[in-house]
Amino acid sequence: MSDRLDPTLALASGPPEESRRVPTVLAGLALLFMAVFLFGVFPFNHPSVLVAAIGLLASAAVLADRPSGDAMSGSRLGKSLVFGGLALGLLALLGLWRIVPDWILLTVSTGAVCAGTIILARARYGSGPAGIRNHGVYNTPMLRRGGAAWIAAVVLTGFYVLLYWFPQSLEGLIRTMDPVSYTIRGAAADQWFMYGTLYSLAVLVMGIRALYRYRHDRYQRWRTVSVILAQGVLAYLIPQILVAFNEPEFYFSYFWPLKPEYLWPGDFGNGWIWDHPGRLGRFMVIWGAVMAFVAVPILTYFFGKRWYCSWVCGCGCLAETAGDPYRHLADSSVRSWQIERWMIHGVLVLVTIGTVVLWVNSAMEGGLLGSFSGGFARVYGFVFGSVWAGVIGVGFYPLMGARVWCRFGCPQAAILGLIQRFFSRFRITTNGGQCISCGNCTTYCEMGIDVRWYAQRGQNIVRASCVGCGMCASVCPRGVLKLENSKQEGRFNGPVLITSDEVDVMAEDWAASVSWK
Amino acid sequence: MHVVIVGNGITGVTAARFVRKHSDHRITIISGESDFHYARTALMYIYMGDMRYEDTKPYADDFWTRNRINLVRGYASRVDADSREVHLASGEVVRYDRLLLATGSRPNRFGWQGEHALGVQGLYGLEDLAEMENATRDIDSAVVVGGGLVGVEMAEMLSSGGIPVTFLVREEHYMDYLLSTQESELVEAAIRAHGVRLELEAELDLVETDSAGRASGVLLKDGRRMPAQFIGLAVGVRPNTDLASTSGLDTGRGILIDSAFMTSAEGVFAAGDCAEFRSPVAGRKAVEQLWYTGRSHGRQVAAGLLGAPADYAPPLFFNSAKFFDLEYQTYGVVEPVPADGQADRVFSDGARLIRIVYREGDGAVVGVNALGVRLRQNVWSHWIRTGESLDAVLRDFDRSLFDPEFSTRLEVAV
Ligand SMILES: Cc1cc2nc3c(=O)[nH]c(=O)nc-3n(C[C@H](O)[C@H](O)[C@H](O)COP(=O)(O)OP(=O)(O)OC[C@H]3O[C@@H](n4cnc5c(N)ncnc54)[C@H](O)[C@@H]3O)c2cc1C
Ligand code: SF4
Ligand code: SF4
Repeated sequence: MSDRLDPTLALASGPPEESRRVPTVLAGLALLFMAVFLFGVFPFNHPSVLVAAIGLLASAAVLADRPSGDAMSGSRLGKSLVFGGLALGLLALLGLWRIVPDWILLTVSTGAVCAGTIILARARYGSGPAGIRNHGVYNTPMLRRGGAAWIAAVVLTGFYVLLYWFPQSLEGLIRTMDPVSYTIRGAAADQWFMYGTLYSLAVLVMGIRALYRYRHDRYQRWRTVSVILAQGVLAYLIPQILVAFNEPEFYFSYFWPLKPEYLWPGDFGNGWIWDHPGRLGRFMVIWGAVMAFVAVPILTYFFGKRWYCSWVCGCGCLAETAGDPYRHLADSSVRSWQIERWMIHGVLVLVTIGTVVLWVNSAMEGGLLGSFSGGFARVYGFVFGSVWAGVIGVGFYPLMGARVWCRFGCPQAAILGLIQRFFSRFRITTNGGQCISCGNCTTYCEMGIDVRWYAQRGQNIVRASCVGCGMCASVCPRGVLKLENSKQEGRFNGPVLITSDEVDVMAEDWAASVSWK
Repeated sequence: MHVVIVGNGITGVTAARFVRKHSDHRITIISGESDFHYARTALMYIYMGDMRYEDTKPYADDFWTRNRINLVRGYASRVDADSREVHLASGEVVRYDRLLLATGSRPNRFGWQGEHALGVQGLYGLEDLAEMENATRDIDSAVVVGGGLVGVEMAEMLSSGGIPVTFLVREEHYMDYLLSTQESELVEAAIRAHGVRLELEAELDLVETDSAGRASGVLLKDGRRMPAQFIGLAVGVRPNTDLASTSGLDTGRGILIDSAFMTSAEGVFAAGDCAEFRSPVAGRKAVEQLWYTGRSHGRQVAAGLLGAPADYAPPLFFNSAKFFDLEYQTYGVVEPVPADGQADRVFSDGARLIRIVYREGDGAVVGVNALGVRLRQNVWSHWIRTGESLDAVLRDFDRSLFDPEFSTRLEVAV
């Protein structure tokens, strides 16, 4: 049965505005540039074409961010910078690169786009009264799976495909990162350095946007600061500085099973990193094991999976910043919850079995798998590391929200989730009967949890998948939800609308105490 | 046993859910506005583009079939209580054994000249919302009349779309029939901070129209004129008694019911916005048009629909709202000025406020208002029900806070 409202009602279509088409046009141009870059002959396969494509996409997203009433002071300057940065990229196309070195061009145009984004965010969210501003989200094609969003997804996925499988096509772009790379780690850039730099930059810039956007909410502010630092320091600077000191490139913020190779035999478990001179390598392997098996359960017991998923993890860092505009795209149907449970636990089982088998194989000196042991690692890395976490996980931001990987693919999330569900203090407490069933919480839950289902029956939310981003509590207009990790008692309160002294009168099972005819 | 419910608002569907929970009765809900239950409280978010209509449906569409609750889209035009039949406008007839009327409310109009012109409307349902979307496209300015909770929502809706809004409030201060002057002033500041022109002690006299029959402005009682192409009327709602009165049931302001929700016709109950208690519970109103009340009625009228009518036992009064960015909660009895024998303590940092009302003799707390601070309902309900003393409450105050982690707490000195 479809909901047939009166056909004359065209709800939530919103007034068509010129400015809303601009993002679509920009995203379309980005697609065109991408194609030119891929199929073009010299000089059109120049890196600046790709930079321009990415820049165009970023500006499309930035401009779509707030569709209505964009008259704040500063927004013109922000827009000019974004467009100026792009214009530079375009000039490069026309031959300017022959005068100015690529890396200068790149730095200036990227810098302009970033500065423009921040200035725009400040104009839109940093001035005037502070509060939740999700107005217009569903009137904006880029944010409601319109044409612009599809194009953006194609461009993003395309970028990941090049990154993973055709890095040679990105050679020019990678070379422009050399100055930065030499400064930080004393070596030439490679595709991963280039990617890490762009990734951290996106977290930083969009993190600043989030700081403006949620400036009224101290939980969101602290969380955003954590996310910016975790990505910038733990997942970018430290590993690169390690490289500068000839130590293994190691990420202290990732553990088995998100980075399964950290505990696999081979490089880490019993290979060159373990034996690396200076014992730092050994420390890394032990650190990884202690984090995976001791710290994860303990921290998750006290704080829930959020200490990792929405405060530290790199995937979460990007999702919470660059992915912030796309929270509402997570499907909250029961069906997607079912699929999610099967998939995520399936991956966990797979990676666990894989780890055990690899170790047995290693103990038997290859007797079990023979030459296939390297094959397993490669296949796992291909399917989960590249296709799922990268191409789909980030490429589909504009279509399925920013947590596709976290919901459906991440084995770390599976473990943290099991602990959170069964051995943790963390829950989202529901404030008695205050819920008005409006749906803001469910709509803006990036994990697709139907928060309202619990809130409207006065039940606390104890769900394995909740990453504790706190957005449900922020958007709730009635202050119904509170993330808590105080003592465990009362964590699973039943469906009771008002607890304690209101006893039977409001209880969901009140009627049971009356005898019926 | 066939239980039929007219109206798929919060009252009707809550009743249906509880009847299903405790019986295998056939259940049918007849409703005219939409196929499925949606949250009326979220209408503003659809307009502002925060959510789509489908996001405001509290239950997935297959919930109803899975729970064997039969949904019929249509208007009930008459109830024949003798033959136990509901007649629909389409001509269809539905037989019932027990019937619940949960027909909700209608926006008030006070017979102002020009109040039916194009661009003049209230906001109650989906049709109003669509009308408002159309009427507010490409306009230069709007006026909202009526200083209640829906008025401030309309002002927020319009101003979020960049339309200059004038908000006319008849009272000396916004909602001064519920709030203290200090509280009103905080709310007024919140409204003005969003660029809304708030006019206090401003009463509508008539709506001016242009030659095409469209609203072009308002004239106030004090003689002032204001141009506006949209005029939102948010001057309260009245119980929708149309179906009940054409069917010969007793009605007053609302559909008259006894303390167990029974109307004057046997087997016919009424609850929610549309109902009026003949003798209300002490300290409560005869008509209480709130989402929470509808939910609580719905839960309890289910007893009657199941054949064991029970007297209404309302939970401790509570309500909440949001004035632009400022959240408001209230528990228990809080008068604008404490009644005789009562006093209040106010804690405020200029942006947020808590006002606790207590009895002067023993210091027992009787109610609390909170602006910009979230309070735990179960803690406060407990304190108020058990008459906890003000001192004890202040000592233990942190336990009642529900603000997000890392929030700065509002100081309450003992
Ligand atoms: C914009 C707005 C915001 C609000 N916000 C809040 C809030 O924040 N907090 C709060 O507590 N309350 C709020 N309210 C009030 C709250 O929504 C109502 O009290 C509540 O919805 C009443 O529920 P009900 O089920 O009794 O009636 P309704 O929700 O009105 O449902 C009755 C339904 O029955 C249908 N109907 C009527 N007659 C017939 C007929 N003859 N045949 C078939 N169908 C019929 C109507 O079309 C309607 O769909 C708000 C109201 C509005 C309009
Ligand atoms: S339930 Fe709330 S805190 Fe948890 S993931 Fe969803 S929005 Fe974030
Ligand atoms: S918990 Fe809050 S946001 Fe969620 S449905 Fe209830 S009132 Fe709305």
